Amino acid sequence: MTARTARVRGAVRATLATALITGVAACSNPTGSAPADSAVVGIATEPETLSPLLGYGKDGNSKLFDGLLTHDADMKLQPALAEALPDVSADGRTYTYRLRHGVKFSDGEPFTAKDVEFTYRTILDPKTNNASKTELDAIESVTAQGEDRVVFTLKYPYAPFAERTVLPIAPEHVAGRQDVNSGDFTTRPVGTGPYVLTAWSKGEKISFKANPHYWGGEPAVKKFTMAVVKDDDVRATRLRSGELDAAILPPNLAKGFAQDGARRTFAAKTFDYRNVTLPTHHPVTGDTAVRQALDIAVDRQAMVDKLLEDAGKAAYGPVPTDSRWFTAGTERPYDLERAKKVLDDAGWKAGEDGIRVKDGVRASFPLWYTSGDKIRQDHALAFASDARKAGVEVKTEAGTWEVIEPRMKTDAVLAGGGSPADPDFDQYLLLTSSLAGDGFNNMAQYANPTVDQALLDGRRSGDPAVRKAAYDTVQRELVGNPGYVFLTHIDHLYVVNDKWEGPSTQVEPHDHGLGSGPWWNVEQWKPKQK
Amino acid sequence: MARMTGRRILSAAPVLLAVTFGVFAVAALSPFDPVKAYAGTAGLTASQAELDQLRANLGVDRPLVTRWWDWLGSALTGDLGTSAVMRQPVADVITARLGWSTLLAGSAFAVAVLLGTGLGVLAARRRGGPLDRAVSGLAYTLEAAPAFWLGLLAIWFFSVRLGVLPSGGLTDAASDTITAGQVASHLVLPALVLGLSQLPWFYLYVRQGVADALDEDPVRGARARGLSERRVLLGHALRSGMLPMLTLVGSRVPELITGALLVETVFSWPGIAAATVQAATSVDFPLLAALTVLATAAVLVGNLLSDLLYGLADPRVGFDG
Repeated sequence: MTARTARVRGAVRATLATALITGVAACSNPTGSAPADSAVVGIATEPETLSPLLGYGKDGNSKLFDGLLTHDADMKLQPALAEALPDVSADGRTYTYRLRHGVKFSDGEPFTAKDVEFTYRTILDPKTNNASKTELDAIESVTAQGEDRVVFTLKYPYAPFAERTVLPIAPEHVAGRQDVNSGDFTTRPVGTGPYVLTAWSKGEKISFKANPHYWGGEPAVKKFTMAVVKDDDVRATRLRSGELDAAILPPNLAKGFAQDGARRTFAAKTFDYRNVTLPTHHPVTGDTAVRQALDIAVDRQAMVDKLLEDAGKAAYGPVPTDSRWFTAGTERPYDLERAKKVLDDAGWKAGEDGIRVKDGVRASFPLWYTSGDKIRQDHALAFASDARKAGVEVKTEAGTWEVIEPRMKTDAVLAGGGSPADPDFDQYLLLTSSLAGDGFNNMAQYANPTVDQALLDGRRSGDPAVRKAAYDTVQRELVGNPGYVFLTHIDHLYVVNDKWEGPSTQVEPHDHGLGSGPWWNVEQWKPKQK
Repeated sequence: MARMTGRRILSAAPVLLAVTFGVFAVAALSPFDPVKAYAGTAGLTASQAELDQLRANLGVDRPLVTRWWDWLGSALTGDLGTSAVMRQPVADVITARLGWSTLLAGSAFAVAVLLGTGLGVLAARRRGGPLDRAVSGLAYTLEAAPAFWLGLLAIWFFSVRLGVLPSGGLTDAASDTITAGQVASHLVLPALVLGLSQLPWFYLYVRQGVADALDEDPVRGARARGLSERRVLLGHALRSGMLPMLTLVGSRVPELITGALLVETVFSWPGIAAATVQAATSVDFPLLAALTVLATAAVLVGNLLSDLLYGLADPRVGFDG
């Protein structure tokens, strides 16, 4: 036996012994409604790490940490660790942040500009295993100037850069002294945020307590727990049994709580879309006429009504129809007759079995969806059935990403994505021709010079009017030559005990980060007066 | 006895070596990509250059044998490496979880063995009686029922309908400290479900073994000599009738581990089984290898245990067989 395994077994024994000893003095809490100053929420997925250096909380709302900036309920940027929104130089390449004074990390050490510099430098270090660092690609350098000023210099003018600075700041005096990829800090973080980690039992729950010295004031909800419950049914059951105060649920299970007087259901609007990629390199989906026809042959409203039980809306592009970035007039209503006419005019003639043929090519292509994802499967089947009515055969197949990835260049994929913070975040990756086939970016290998130019204008100009015009151009181009058939934007549903003032929802991204859900602002909740 | 134990331990070394190499080889052949698994959803927006850098950092671009050899070298010096999927040292992952899994599996095993044996003996005494018919029917049903389904059923009944037992976790979700009382009440359902899913094996073996023994000559002889029914059962029938079950004890260990996997997931039990699934689907070599060694060791110990028990229970069986 090695020294290490002996230590391991010793530690196991010690854990069990502690458990038994503390048990003598403790009494068990009956399950049921907890006091209103504690909240237990049920989440489906657990983060791999709580270290912002490895990607935790990069989109804000990290509870343990603060970013330089943060989002309010309307997703507008507000200062957090910075004193105000940044000063941007005229050429859009220098961002200067003045930092808030008197902020301390939860271990009592002061927060300074050095911590900001450390955080960004560490994330950008090639040795740091942070898979999201592409998002900070624009940064050329980050420099602390004195105690309270940080200057970012960018490689190119990047209008949405301030949106990226919601990412949490780690303390250099703790995280700088250990292995960034596996050190203690990844599971026992120290931050400036409204909550302090009390325990993380992986696979079971993450427990927080209010930070009494929080610069924004001590939260009224003193204890906050995220219980990890992977199975949807079990989560609904534990919510019903009173063990959870809130949970994220799929539409069919959320419906069961609709009549519950003691609980409220929240439907968060999202940028979370489902679409079908139309690969340019496939003889059928690469044909502009087929793309246009499929785009109007799908009955999006039927998908919203039947697949999503009304919890969502029809999508005509990455931007939801109710966003201020949406281009009015680019909605494409369901029009099967026109779809048929488009195909007829382009020379796709119906064959013997009703499937169209042109120059010996059968209008048929495979569509992959990720196995086990019911929402994607439903969307794929509905899309195939709509396409069949127009004379296009779509063969749906299920597989894991490992199976799908090598086929993405020519086969269609039922994909998902969406980021509300800025249109650049998902559209640039989704549509720029230079990123075609780069990782999972631009999966359809879409190439459209007008779109490329508009996307560049959109990210480089600091003028909101210029940016709006650029994204209008992109959305209008997608009408004439869709690279993807966008199907729906999906609402995220949450059920919450009705005992607090304050729960609300933000517009949410595709990714279910821990910061999403009605508890995005749990630090501002107040117990309801009875 | 000591010789057999010693020999088994010696032969365990090459078995474990082969198993770890097998794990590395199978994982390397699997279609899962450790880099994609590590990156998660962030990988969907990462550039190819970023993913390549990550591949180099994680060291998964090196050849299979090199990776295995390096892992073995450091494992022998006590360094089990770092788990990519958990972002912490493998030793820490195992330390935090092994105890809870052992507690769950141990309790379940006790439930299965004690309840299975007791019911088996009772059923064997009155074959065809109401108890035998009821329990046997139930046993066949249980054997066919998936453990996770039993788990959901138990949660629905005991937590939702009756509200008497907590439905998951190690302690109440709102509680920060781990107390014996809380763990005990949270252990009841998962241990019972896992135990019940194992019970049919023990029950059916014991029932058959004891029933056969009751028909054998020595038992009839003992009855003819006028010995009490109690002595006949405990002194004669039980001893030979239990033998088949003893071999079962060891061979059920792997089944217990796979059963725990589903039960831990349903009950959010922070054990090692859930980590195993994650390690496997993320091709987390160091964690997977360490867990495989543990599981293999558990199986080897289980087999050894059942052979020892068998030898003790039946003197005709030698320890060198």
